[in-house]
Amino acid sequence: MALFVIVPFAASLVLAFANWDGLNALSWAGLDNFRYELADPLLGRSIINTLLIAVITVPVGLGFAVVIAVALEKLKTRTLYLVLIFSPVVTSSVAVAVIWQQLLREDSPLSRAVGSIFHIPPPDWLQDPHLALIAVCMVSIWSSMGLNVIIFLAGLQNISPSLIEAARIDGAGAISLFFRIRLPLLSPIMFFATVIAFISSLQTFDTVFILTSNAGPDNATRTIVYHIYDLGFGKFQFGPASAASVILLVLTLVITAVQFGAQKKFVHYEDGAA
Amino acid sequence: MTTERVGRAGEVSRRIVVHIVLSIVGLAMVFPFIWMLLTSLKTLPQQLNQPLDFWPSPATFQNYIDAWNDAPFAQAYFNSIYIAVLVVIGTLITAAMAGYGFARIKFRGSRVLFVVFLATQMIPTQVTLIPFYFLMAKLGWVDSHLSLIIPAALANPFAVFLMRQFVLSLPKELEEAAIVDGAGRWRIFWGVILPNLRPGLGALAVIVALSTWNNFLLPLVLLNSQGLFTVPLLLQSFSGQFGSINYGLIMAGSAVATIPMLIAFVIGQRRILNSMAASGLGGR
Repeated sequence: MALFVIVPFAASLVLAFANWDGLNALSWAGLDNFRYELADPLLGRSIINTLLIAVITVPVGLGFAVVIAVALEKLKTRTLYLVLIFSPVVTSSVAVAVIWQQLLREDSPLSRAVGSIFHIPPPDWLQDPHLALIAVCMVSIWSSMGLNVIIFLAGLQNISPSLIEAARIDGAGAISLFFRIRLPLLSPIMFFATVIAFISSLQTFDTVFILTSNAGPDNATRTIVYHIYDLGFGKFQFGPASAASVILLVLTLVITAVQFGAQKKFVHYEDGAA
Repeated sequence: MTTERVGRAGEVSRRIVVHIVLSIVGLAMVFPFIWMLLTSLKTLPQQLNQPLDFWPSPATFQNYIDAWNDAPFAQAYFNSIYIAVLVVIGTLITAAMAGYGFARIKFRGSRVLFVVFLATQMIPTQVTLIPFYFLMAKLGWVDSHLSLIIPAALANPFAVFLMRQFVLSLPKELEEAAIVDGAGRWRIFWGVILPNLRPGLGALAVIVALSTWNNFLLPLVLLNSQGLFTVPLLLQSFSGQFGSINYGLIMAGSAVATIPMLIAFVIGQRRILNSMAASGLGGR
Protein backbone atom coordinates (compact mmCIF):
# COMPACT_ATOMS: atom_id res chain seq x y z
CA MET A 1 0.00 0.00 0.00
CA ALA A 2 2.63 2.53 1.10
CA LEU A 3 4.93 1.36 -1.67
CA PHE A 4 2.45 1.57 -4.51
CA VAL A 5 0.45 4.67 -3.59
CA ILE A 6 2.45 6.91 -1.27
CA VAL A 7 5.87 6.45 -2.90
CA PRO A 8 4.69 7.31 -6.43
CA PHE A 9 2.75 10.24 -5.00
CA ALA A 10 5.80 11.63 -3.20
CA ALA A 11 7.90 10.95 -6.29
CA SER A 12 5.49 12.85 -8.49
CA LEU A 13 5.81 15.85 -6.18
CA VAL A 14 9.62 15.59 -6.39
CA LEU A 15 9.61 15.15 -10.16
CA ALA A 16 7.42 18.20 -10.56
CA PHE A 17 10.29 20.29 -9.23
CA ALA A 18 13.10 18.48 -11.05
CA ASN A 19 14.78 18.14 -14.43
CA TRP A 20 14.79 14.55 -15.53
CA ASP A 21 14.84 12.74 -18.85
CA GLY A 22 14.29 9.29 -17.35
CA LEU A 23 17.94 8.22 -17.71
CA ASN A 24 20.37 10.66 -16.15
CA ALA A 25 20.55 12.00 -12.62
CA LEU A 26 17.90 14.31 -11.27
CA SER A 27 18.64 17.99 -10.88
CA TRP A 28 16.70 20.60 -8.99
CA ALA A 29 14.55 22.79 -11.25
CA GLY A 30 12.66 24.87 -8.74
CA LEU A 31 9.48 26.20 -10.26
CA ASP A 32 10.77 25.92 -13.83
CA ASN A 33 8.45 23.04 -14.72
CA PHE A 34 5.45 24.94 -13.43
CA ARG A 35 6.55 28.10 -15.23
CA TYR A 36 7.03 26.06 -18.41
CA GLU A 37 3.67 24.34 -18.02
CA LEU A 38 1.69 27.44 -17.14
CA ALA A 39 3.09 29.12 -20.26
CA ASP A 40 2.23 26.07 -22.40
CA PRO A 41 -0.86 26.97 -24.47
CA LEU A 42 -1.67 23.25 -24.73
CA LEU A 43 -2.09 23.04 -20.95
CA GLY A 44 -4.57 25.92 -20.98
CA ARG A 45 -6.40 24.20 -23.82
CA SER A 46 -6.46 20.92 -21.88
CA ILE A 47 -7.79 22.52 -18.71
CA ILE A 48 -10.56 24.35 -20.59
CA ASN A 49 -11.54 21.21 -22.51
CA THR A 50 -11.53 19.10 -19.35
CA LEU A 51 -13.69 21.61 -17.47
CA LEU A 52 -16.07 21.90 -20.44
CA ILE A 53 -16.47 18.12 -20.53
CA ALA A 54 -17.19 18.04 -16.79
CA VAL A 55 -19.61 20.96 -16.89
CA ILE A 56 -21.59 19.45 -19.79
CA THR A 57 -21.41 15.78 -18.86
CA VAL A 58 -22.21 15.94 -15.14
CA PRO A 59 -25.50 17.93 -15.12
CA VAL A 60 -26.87 16.46 -18.36
CA GLY A 61 -25.89 12.91 -17.44
CA LEU A 62 -27.20 13.08 -13.87
CA GLY A 63 -30.36 14.91 -14.99
CA PHE A 64 -31.27 12.19 -17.47
CA ALA A 65 -30.40 9.53 -14.92
CA VAL A 66 -32.73 11.00 -12.26
CA VAL A 67 -35.65 11.17 -14.68
CA ILE A 68 -35.07 7.60 -15.87
CA ALA A 69 -34.73 6.37 -12.28
CA VAL A 70 -38.02 8.04 -11.26
CA ALA A 71 -39.77 6.46 -14.25
CA LEU A 72 -38.29 3.04 -13.48
CA GLU A 73 -39.28 3.24 -9.83
CA LYS A 74 -42.96 3.38 -10.81
CA LEU A 75 -42.78 0.03 -12.60
CA LYS A 76 -42.98 -3.44 -11.14
CA THR A 77 -41.06 -5.13 -13.93
CA ARG A 78 -38.00 -3.16 -14.80
CA THR A 79 -35.26 -5.78 -15.16
CA LEU A 80 -35.23 -5.61 -18.97
CA TYR A 81 -34.87 -1.84 -19.01
CA LEU A 82 -32.15 -1.95 -16.37
CA VAL A 83 -30.18 -4.52 -18.36
CA LEU A 84 -30.46 -2.42 -21.54
CA ILE A 85 -29.46 0.80 -19.80
CA PHE A 86 -26.62 -0.77 -17.82
CA SER A 87 -25.02 -2.69 -20.70
CA PRO A 88 -22.63 0.16 -21.70
CA VAL A 89 -21.22 0.16 -18.15
CA VAL A 90 -19.90 -3.40 -18.50
CA THR A 91 -18.38 -2.60 -21.89
CA SER A 92 -14.73 -1.54 -21.90
CA SER A 93 -14.11 2.10 -22.71
CA VAL A 94 -12.00 1.01 -25.67
CA ALA A 95 -14.86 -0.92 -27.27
CA VAL A 96 -17.20 1.99 -26.49
CA ALA A 97 -14.90 4.40 -28.31
CA VAL A 98 -14.31 2.08 -31.27
CA ILE A 99 -18.04 1.45 -31.73
CA TRP A 100 -18.94 5.14 -31.45
CA GLN A 101 -16.27 5.99 -34.00
CA GLN A 102 -18.46 4.20 -36.52
CA LEU A 103 -21.70 5.81 -35.27
CA LEU A 104 -20.23 9.30 -35.49
CA ARG A 105 -19.12 9.02 -39.09
CA GLU A 106 -20.72 11.40 -41.55
CA ASP A 107 -22.61 8.57 -43.30
CA SER A 108 -23.85 6.73 -40.19
CA PRO A 109 -27.59 6.43 -39.45
CA LEU A 110 -27.13 8.67 -36.38
CA SER A 111 -25.52 11.54 -38.30
CA ARG A 112 -28.08 11.26 -41.09
CA ALA A 113 -30.96 11.29 -38.59
CA VAL A 114 -29.53 14.37 -36.89
CA GLY A 115 -29.08 15.98 -40.32
CA SER A 116 -32.64 15.35 -41.41
CA ILE A 117 -34.18 16.44 -38.07
CA PHE A 118 -32.37 19.78 -38.08
CA HIS A 119 -32.32 20.17 -41.89
CA ILE A 120 -28.54 20.42 -42.02
CA PRO A 121 -25.96 18.31 -43.84
CA PRO A 122 -25.10 15.21 -41.77
CA PRO A 123 -22.49 16.28 -39.20
CA ASP A 124 -19.02 14.77 -39.35
CA TRP A 125 -18.60 14.78 -35.58
CA LEU A 126 -15.04 13.64 -35.18
CA GLN A 127 -13.48 15.83 -37.86
CA ASP A 128 -15.14 19.05 -36.74
CA PRO A 129 -13.24 20.76 -33.89
CA HIS A 130 -16.44 22.04 -32.24
CA LEU A 131 -18.46 18.87 -32.57
CA ALA A 132 -15.63 16.58 -31.47
CA LEU A 133 -15.85 17.79 -27.86
CA ILE A 134 -19.63 17.39 -27.89
CA ALA A 135 -19.16 13.87 -29.25
CA VAL A 136 -16.84 13.07 -26.33
CA CYS A 137 -19.49 14.37 -23.90
CA MET A 138 -22.26 12.32 -25.56
CA VAL A 139 -20.22 9.15 -25.31
CA SER A 140 -19.34 9.82 -21.66
CA ILE A 141 -22.98 10.42 -20.79
CA TRP A 142 -24.03 7.26 -22.63
CA SER A 143 -21.44 5.05 -20.99
CA SER A 144 -22.00 6.23 -17.40
CA MET A 145 -25.81 6.46 -17.57
CA GLY A 146 -26.44 2.94 -16.25
CA LEU A 147 -24.34 3.39 -13.14
CA ASN A 148 -26.05 6.68 -12.21
CA VAL A 149 -29.52 5.23 -12.82
CA ILE A 150 -28.78 2.25 -10.54
CA ILE A 151 -27.52 4.52 -7.77
CA PHE A 152 -30.50 6.88 -7.98
CA LEU A 153 -32.96 4.01 -8.18
CA ALA A 154 -31.51 2.55 -4.99
CA GLY A 155 -31.85 5.99 -3.39
CA LEU A 156 -35.47 6.39 -4.48
CA GLN A 157 -36.36 2.97 -3.13
CA ASN A 158 -35.05 4.04 0.27
CA ILE A 159 -37.52 6.93 0.51
CA SER A 160 -40.26 5.77 2.83
CA PRO A 161 -43.59 5.36 1.00
CA SER A 162 -45.45 6.97 3.92
CA LEU A 163 -43.78 10.32 3.14
CA ILE A 164 -44.97 10.18 -0.47
CA GLU A 165 -48.43 9.10 0.68
CA ALA A 166 -48.65 11.94 3.20
CA ALA A 167 -47.71 14.51 0.57
CA ARG A 168 -50.22 13.03 -1.85
CA ILE A 169 -53.00 13.30 0.73
CA ASP A 170 -52.02 16.93 1.20
CA GLY A 171 -52.78 17.34 -2.49
CA ALA A 172 -49.32 17.27 -4.05
CA GLY A 173 -49.32 16.46 -7.79
CA ALA A 174 -46.76 14.36 -9.62
CA ILE A 175 -44.55 17.35 -10.44
CA SER A 176 -44.49 18.90 -6.99
CA LEU A 177 -43.98 15.41 -5.50
CA PHE A 178 -40.85 15.17 -7.65
CA PHE A 179 -39.44 18.62 -6.86
CA ARG A 180 -40.58 18.99 -3.24
CA ILE A 181 -40.26 15.45 -1.90
CA ARG A 182 -38.23 13.07 -4.04
CA LEU A 183 -35.49 15.44 -5.17
CA PRO A 184 -34.72 16.88 -1.69
CA LEU A 185 -34.68 13.39 -0.17
CA LEU A 186 -32.41 12.22 -2.95
CA SER A 187 -30.04 15.15 -2.52
CA PRO A 188 -27.40 13.38 -0.36
CA ILE A 189 -27.04 10.72 -3.06
CA MET A 190 -27.14 13.38 -5.77
CA PHE A 191 -24.33 15.15 -3.99
CA PHE A 192 -22.19 12.06 -3.79
CA ALA A 193 -22.88 11.16 -7.42
CA THR A 194 -21.99 14.70 -8.49
CA VAL A 195 -18.67 14.64 -6.65
CA ILE A 196 -17.70 11.26 -8.10
CA ALA A 197 -18.90 12.14 -11.62
CA PHE A 198 -16.92 15.37 -11.53
CA ILE A 199 -13.76 13.60 -10.43
CA SER A 200 -14.11 10.98 -13.14
CA SER A 201 -14.82 13.64 -15.81
CA LEU A 202 -11.63 15.40 -14.80
CA GLN A 203 -9.82 12.13 -15.57
CA THR A 204 -11.20 11.72 -19.10
CA PHE A 205 -8.60 9.94 -21.21
CA ASP A 206 -9.71 6.72 -22.92
CA THR A 207 -12.42 8.39 -25.01
CA VAL A 208 -10.32 11.26 -26.31
CA PHE A 209 -7.35 8.97 -26.95
CA ILE A 210 -9.28 6.47 -29.07
CA LEU A 211 -12.56 8.04 -30.18
CA THR A 212 -10.99 11.27 -31.40
CA SER A 213 -7.68 9.56 -32.20
CA ASN A 214 -5.09 11.45 -30.16
CA ALA A 215 -7.12 14.39 -28.89
CA GLY A 216 -9.07 15.26 -32.00
CA PRO A 217 -8.61 17.75 -34.82
CA ASP A 218 -6.31 20.55 -33.72
CA ASN A 219 -6.24 19.31 -30.08
CA ALA A 220 -9.96 20.05 -29.84
CA THR A 221 -10.48 17.31 -27.27
CA ARG A 222 -7.11 17.40 -25.51
CA THR A 223 -7.74 16.78 -21.80
CA ILE A 224 -5.39 17.13 -18.83
CA VAL A 225 -4.76 13.42 -18.51
CA TYR A 226 -4.10 13.17 -22.24
CA HIS A 227 -1.71 16.10 -21.84
CA ILE A 228 0.14 14.26 -19.04
CA TYR A 229 0.30 11.08 -21.12
CA ASP A 230 1.50 12.97 -24.19
CA LEU A 231 4.21 14.92 -22.34
CA GLY A 232 5.42 11.91 -20.36
CA PHE A 233 5.17 8.96 -22.71
CA GLY A 234 5.08 10.78 -26.05
CA LYS A 235 7.71 13.46 -25.55
CA PHE A 236 9.58 12.10 -22.48
CA GLN A 237 9.29 15.44 -20.67
CA PHE A 238 8.77 13.96 -17.23
CA GLY A 239 9.28 17.16 -15.25
CA PRO A 240 6.58 19.18 -17.05
CA ALA A 241 4.32 16.10 -17.11
CA SER A 242 4.62 15.81 -13.32
CA ALA A 243 3.93 19.52 -12.96
CA ALA A 244 0.76 19.00 -15.01
CA SER A 245 -0.15 16.06 -12.71
CA VAL A 246 0.15 18.28 -9.67
CA ILE A 247 -2.03 20.89 -11.39
CA LEU A 248 -4.64 18.16 -12.04
CA LEU A 249 -4.53 17.13 -8.39
CA VAL A 250 -4.94 20.72 -7.18
CA LEU A 251 -7.85 21.25 -9.60
CA THR A 252 -9.54 18.05 -8.36
CA LEU A 253 -9.12 19.03 -4.71
CA VAL A 254 -10.35 22.60 -5.25
CA ILE A 255 -13.46 21.51 -7.18
CA THR A 256 -14.26 18.83 -4.61
CA ALA A 257 -13.79 21.31 -1.77
CA VAL A 258 -16.12 23.79 -3.50
CA GLN A 259 -18.73 21.05 -3.87
CA PHE A 260 -18.46 20.14 -0.20
CA GLY A 261 -18.85 23.82 0.64
CA ALA A 262 -21.95 24.11 -1.53
CA GLN A 263 -23.52 20.98 -0.07
CA LYS A 264 -24.64 22.79 3.11
CA LYS A 265 -26.93 24.92 1.00
CA PHE A 266 -28.39 22.33 -1.34
CA VAL A 267 -28.23 18.97 0.38
CA HIS A 268 -31.00 17.93 2.69
CA TYR A 269 -30.28 15.20 5.22
CA GLU A 270 -33.36 13.48 6.53
CA ASP A 271 -32.10 13.05 10.09
CA GLY A 272 -30.60 16.52 10.25
CA ALA A 273 -27.04 15.22 10.48
CA ALA A 274 -24.51 16.50 7.99
CA MET B 1 -67.29 5.85 -8.50
CA THR B 2 -66.85 7.40 -11.92
CA THR B 3 -63.89 9.48 -10.75
CA GLU B 4 -62.24 6.32 -9.42
CA ARG B 5 -62.66 4.64 -12.77
CA VAL B 6 -61.19 7.67 -14.52
CA GLY B 7 -58.31 7.61 -12.04
CA ARG B 8 -57.56 3.98 -12.75
CA ALA B 9 -57.73 4.52 -16.52
CA GLY B 10 -55.39 7.49 -16.09
CA GLU B 11 -53.01 5.33 -14.09
CA VAL B 12 -52.97 2.65 -16.79
CA SER B 13 -52.41 5.12 -19.62
CA ARG B 14 -49.66 6.84 -17.63
CA ARG B 15 -47.98 3.49 -17.14
CA ILE B 16 -48.18 2.81 -20.88
CA VAL B 17 -46.54 6.18 -21.61
CA VAL B 18 -43.75 5.36 -19.14
CA HIS B 19 -43.20 2.01 -20.87
CA ILE B 20 -43.05 3.61 -24.30
CA VAL B 21 -40.57 6.27 -23.17
CA LEU B 22 -38.38 3.71 -21.40
CA SER B 23 -38.45 1.43 -24.45
CA ILE B 24 -37.14 4.28 -26.58
CA VAL B 25 -34.44 5.04 -24.00
CA GLY B 26 -33.49 1.37 -23.77
CA LEU B 27 -33.31 1.05 -27.54
CA ALA B 28 -31.16 4.18 -27.78
CA MET B 29 -28.82 2.72 -25.16
CA VAL B 30 -28.26 -0.52 -27.07
CA PHE B 31 -28.37 0.94 -30.58
CA PRO B 32 -24.56 1.29 -30.74
CA PHE B 33 -24.28 -2.46 -30.06
CA ILE B 34 -26.88 -3.23 -32.73
CA TRP B 35 -24.99 -1.07 -35.21
CA MET B 36 -21.78 -2.86 -34.26
CA LEU B 37 -23.38 -6.24 -35.07
CA LEU B 38 -24.95 -5.02 -38.32
CA THR B 39 -21.69 -3.49 -39.53
CA SER B 40 -19.71 -6.57 -38.54
CA LEU B 41 -21.87 -8.72 -40.84
CA LYS B 42 -21.35 -6.54 -43.92
CA THR B 43 -18.94 -7.32 -46.73
CA LEU B 44 -16.23 -4.80 -47.57
CA PRO B 45 -17.91 -3.47 -50.76
CA GLN B 46 -21.16 -3.06 -48.84
CA GLN B 47 -19.47 -0.76 -46.32
CA LEU B 48 -18.49 1.60 -49.11
CA ASN B 49 -21.99 2.01 -50.58
CA GLN B 50 -23.29 5.59 -50.40
CA PRO B 51 -25.64 6.08 -48.71
CA LEU B 52 -24.67 3.34 -46.28
CA ASP B 53 -27.04 0.35 -46.19
CA PHE B 54 -28.74 -0.27 -42.87
CA TRP B 55 -29.08 -4.05 -43.15
CA PRO B 56 -26.22 -6.30 -44.21
CA SER B 57 -27.01 -8.14 -47.44
CA PRO B 58 -25.63 -10.62 -47.92
CA ALA B 59 -24.74 -11.20 -44.23
CA THR B 60 -21.31 -12.76 -43.82
CA PHE B 61 -19.33 -14.11 -40.89
CA GLN B 62 -16.07 -13.67 -42.79
CA ASN B 63 -15.14 -10.59 -40.71
CA TYR B 64 -15.27 -12.66 -37.53
CA ILE B 65 -13.04 -15.33 -39.03
CA ASP B 66 -10.58 -12.68 -40.23
CA ALA B 67 -10.58 -10.78 -36.93
CA TRP B 68 -9.92 -13.98 -34.99
CA ASN B 69 -7.04 -14.86 -37.33
CA ASP B 70 -5.54 -11.35 -37.51
CA ALA B 71 -5.22 -10.69 -33.79
CA PRO B 72 -4.61 -13.05 -30.83
CA PHE B 73 -7.99 -12.53 -29.15
CA ALA B 74 -7.88 -15.94 -27.45
CA GLN B 75 -4.55 -15.09 -25.84
CA ALA B 76 -5.87 -11.64 -24.79
CA TYR B 77 -8.93 -13.26 -23.20
CA PHE B 78 -6.71 -15.64 -21.31
CA ASN B 79 -4.53 -12.72 -20.12
CA SER B 80 -7.51 -10.58 -19.07
CA ILE B 81 -9.26 -13.42 -17.27
CA TYR B 82 -6.27 -14.59 -15.26
CA ILE B 83 -5.23 -11.02 -14.36
CA ALA B 84 -8.79 -10.22 -13.20
CA VAL B 85 -9.04 -13.46 -11.17
CA LEU B 86 -5.72 -12.87 -9.39
CA VAL B 87 -6.48 -9.20 -8.71
CA VAL B 88 -9.92 -10.07 -7.33
CA ILE B 89 -8.59 -12.83 -5.03
CA GLY B 90 -5.71 -10.66 -3.85
CA THR B 91 -7.90 -7.62 -3.25
CA LEU B 92 -10.53 -9.62 -1.35
CA ILE B 93 -7.94 -11.03 1.05
CA THR B 94 -5.96 -7.84 1.66
CA ALA B 95 -9.02 -5.57 1.79
CA ALA B 96 -10.87 -7.87 4.20
CA MET B 97 -7.84 -8.05 6.51
CA ALA B 98 -7.15 -4.33 6.40
CA GLY B 99 -10.85 -3.51 6.73
CA TYR B 100 -11.10 -5.79 9.78
CA GLY B 101 -8.02 -4.14 11.24
CA PHE B 102 -9.33 -0.62 10.79
CA ALA B 103 -12.79 -1.53 12.09
CA ARG B 104 -11.90 -3.57 15.16
CA ILE B 105 -8.25 -3.25 16.19
CA LYS B 106 -7.57 0.04 17.95
CA PHE B 107 -3.98 1.06 18.34
CA ARG B 108 -2.10 4.32 18.77
CA GLY B 109 -2.59 6.35 15.61
CA SER B 110 -5.05 3.95 13.98
CA ARG B 111 -7.47 6.78 13.27
CA VAL B 112 -4.78 8.94 11.73
CA LEU B 113 -3.61 6.03 9.61
CA PHE B 114 -7.16 5.48 8.39
CA VAL B 115 -7.61 9.14 7.43
CA VAL B 116 -4.27 9.15 5.56
CA PHE B 117 -5.40 5.97 3.88
CA LEU B 118 -8.70 7.52 2.77
CA ALA B 119 -6.93 10.64 1.56
CA THR B 120 -4.87 8.56 -0.85
CA GLN B 121 -8.13 7.64 -2.53
CA MET B 122 -8.51 11.25 -3.55
CA ILE B 123 -5.33 11.02 -5.63
CA PRO B 124 -6.24 9.85 -9.11
CA THR B 125 -3.98 7.11 -10.53
CA GLN B 126 -3.35 9.44 -13.44
CA VAL B 127 -1.52 11.85 -11.14
CA THR B 128 1.02 9.23 -10.10
CA LEU B 129 1.23 7.57 -13.51
CA ILE B 130 4.77 8.63 -14.34
CA PRO B 131 6.48 7.78 -11.01
CA PHE B 132 4.44 4.58 -10.91
CA TYR B 133 5.86 3.66 -14.31
CA PHE B 134 9.43 4.23 -13.12
CA LEU B 135 8.79 2.28 -9.92
CA MET B 136 7.61 -0.62 -12.07
CA ALA B 137 10.69 -0.19 -14.29
CA LYS B 138 12.96 -0.34 -11.21
CA LEU B 139 11.25 -3.56 -10.12
CA GLY B 140 11.64 -4.97 -13.64
CA TRP B 141 7.85 -5.27 -14.03
CA VAL B 142 7.40 -3.21 -17.18
CA ASP B 143 6.05 -5.38 -19.98
CA SER B 144 5.04 -7.94 -17.36
CA HIS B 145 1.64 -8.75 -15.87
CA LEU B 146 3.10 -8.39 -12.37
CA SER B 147 2.77 -4.61 -12.69
CA LEU B 148 -0.97 -4.97 -13.28
CA ILE B 149 -1.57 -7.60 -10.58
CA ILE B 150 0.57 -6.95 -7.48
CA PRO B 151 -0.02 -3.20 -6.91
CA ALA B 152 -3.73 -3.52 -7.68
CA ALA B 153 -4.15 -6.45 -5.29
CA LEU B 154 -2.22 -4.82 -2.45
CA ALA B 155 -3.30 -1.21 -2.60
CA ASN B 156 -6.98 -0.52 -3.17
CA PRO B 157 -8.15 2.09 -0.63
CA PHE B 158 -11.73 1.97 -1.88
CA ALA B 159 -11.90 -1.79 -1.27
CA VAL B 160 -10.48 -1.41 2.25
CA PHE B 161 -13.00 1.31 3.03
CA LEU B 162 -15.89 -0.80 1.76
CA MET B 163 -14.75 -3.81 3.81
CA ARG B 164 -14.33 -1.65 6.93
CA GLN B 165 -17.93 -0.50 6.57
CA PHE B 166 -19.11 -4.10 6.19
CA VAL B 167 -17.12 -5.25 9.25
CA LEU B 168 -18.54 -2.35 11.31
CA SER B 169 -22.05 -3.53 10.42
CA LEU B 170 -21.38 -7.00 11.90
CA PRO B 171 -22.55 -7.44 15.52
CA LYS B 172 -19.68 -7.52 18.03
CA GLU B 173 -21.22 -10.50 19.84
CA LEU B 174 -20.09 -12.71 16.97
CA GLU B 175 -16.45 -12.18 17.88
CA GLU B 176 -16.99 -12.06 21.61
CA ALA B 177 -18.25 -15.62 21.60
CA ALA B 178 -15.11 -16.70 19.76
CA ILE B 179 -12.87 -14.77 22.16
CA VAL B 180 -14.49 -16.55 25.11
CA ASP B 181 -13.62 -19.79 23.36
CA GLY B 182 -10.01 -18.61 23.35
CA ALA B 183 -9.62 -17.87 19.63
CA GLY B 184 -6.89 -15.44 18.54
CA ARG B 185 -7.23 -12.58 16.04
CA TRP B 186 -6.10 -14.79 13.20
CA ARG B 187 -8.67 -17.50 13.91
CA ILE B 188 -11.42 -14.93 14.47
CA PHE B 189 -10.64 -13.38 11.10
CA TRP B 190 -10.69 -16.63 9.12
CA GLY B 191 -13.36 -18.44 11.14
CA VAL B 192 -15.82 -15.69 12.12
CA ILE B 193 -15.30 -12.49 10.13
CA LEU B 194 -14.59 -13.83 6.67
CA PRO B 195 -17.64 -16.15 6.43
CA ASN B 196 -19.92 -13.33 7.63
CA LEU B 197 -18.49 -10.90 5.10
CA ARG B 198 -19.61 -13.04 2.18
CA PRO B 199 -22.22 -10.60 0.75
CA GLY B 200 -19.78 -7.70 0.96
CA LEU B 201 -17.00 -9.77 -0.59
CA GLY B 202 -19.30 -10.74 -3.44
CA ALA B 203 -20.13 -7.12 -4.20
CA LEU B 204 -16.48 -6.14 -4.01
CA ALA B 205 -15.48 -9.00 -6.32
CA VAL B 206 -17.93 -7.82 -8.99
CA ILE B 207 -16.69 -4.23 -8.83
CA VAL B 208 -13.00 -5.10 -8.82
CA ALA B 209 -13.41 -7.63 -11.64
CA LEU B 210 -15.20 -5.07 -13.80
CA SER B 211 -12.74 -2.25 -13.22
CA THR B 212 -9.73 -4.54 -13.70
CA TRP B 213 -11.18 -5.96 -16.91
CA ASN B 214 -11.87 -2.52 -18.36
CA ASN B 215 -8.65 -0.83 -17.24
CA PHE B 216 -6.92 0.72 -20.23
CA LEU B 217 -4.41 3.43 -19.29
CA LEU B 218 -2.14 1.22 -17.16
CA PRO B 219 -1.89 -1.68 -19.64
CA LEU B 220 -1.35 0.89 -22.42
CA VAL B 221 1.62 2.40 -20.62
CA LEU B 222 3.05 -0.77 -19.08
CA LEU B 223 2.73 -3.48 -21.75
CA ASN B 224 4.61 -3.60 -25.04
CA SER B 225 4.46 -7.19 -26.29
CA GLN B 226 1.30 -8.14 -28.13
CA GLY B 227 1.30 -11.56 -26.49
CA LEU B 228 0.76 -9.90 -23.10
CA PHE B 229 -2.07 -7.57 -24.20
CA THR B 230 -5.39 -7.50 -22.36
CA VAL B 231 -8.63 -7.52 -24.37
CA PRO B 232 -9.13 -3.70 -24.41
CA LEU B 233 -5.50 -3.07 -25.32
CA LEU B 234 -5.59 -5.64 -28.12
CA LEU B 235 -8.80 -4.12 -29.48
CA GLN B 236 -7.21 -0.68 -29.46
CA SER B 237 -4.12 -1.84 -31.37
CA PHE B 238 -6.29 -3.90 -33.73
CA SER B 239 -8.52 -0.93 -34.53
CA GLY B 240 -5.49 1.31 -34.98
CA GLN B 241 -4.14 -1.19 -37.51
CA PHE B 242 -7.28 -1.56 -39.63
CA GLY B 243 -9.36 1.40 -38.42
CA SER B 244 -9.69 3.48 -41.54
CA ILE B 245 -9.83 0.60 -44.00
CA ASN B 246 -12.19 -2.15 -43.01
CA TYR B 247 -14.96 -1.12 -40.64
CA GLY B 248 -16.64 -4.51 -40.75
CA LEU B 249 -13.47 -6.14 -39.49
CA ILE B 250 -13.13 -3.60 -36.66
CA MET B 251 -16.73 -4.10 -35.60
CA ALA B 252 -16.25 -7.88 -35.66
CA GLY B 253 -13.22 -7.39 -33.40
CA SER B 254 -15.27 -5.13 -31.09
CA ALA B 255 -18.01 -7.75 -30.97
CA VAL B 256 -15.48 -10.43 -30.05
CA ALA B 257 -14.23 -8.13 -27.28
CA THR B 258 -17.66 -7.12 -25.90
CA ILE B 259 -20.24 -9.86 -26.50
CA PRO B 260 -18.84 -12.34 -23.93
CA MET B 261 -18.91 -9.59 -21.27
CA LEU B 262 -22.47 -8.65 -22.20
CA ILE B 263 -23.60 -12.28 -22.00
CA ALA B 264 -21.89 -12.66 -18.62
CA PHE B 265 -23.65 -9.50 -17.48
CA VAL B 266 -27.09 -10.69 -18.60
CA ILE B 267 -26.56 -14.02 -16.80
CA GLY B 268 -25.36 -12.38 -13.58
CA GLN B 269 -27.37 -9.17 -13.88
CA ARG B 270 -29.22 -9.46 -10.58
CA ARG B 271 -26.03 -9.89 -8.60
CA ILE B 272 -24.09 -7.28 -10.59
CA LEU B 273 -26.80 -4.60 -10.35
CA ASN B 274 -27.25 -5.26 -6.61
CA SER B 275 -23.51 -5.02 -6.01
CA MET B 276 -23.35 -1.75 -7.86
CA ALA B 277 -26.28 -0.31 -5.94
CA ALA B 278 -25.05 -1.57 -2.56
CA SER B 279 -21.59 -0.15 -2.82
CA GLY B 280 -22.93 3.00 -4.36
CA LEU B 281 -20.38 4.60 -6.49
CA GLY B 282 -17.42 2.31 -6.58
CA GLY B 283 -17.35 0.83 -10.05
CA ARG B 284 -15.60 3.58 -11.91
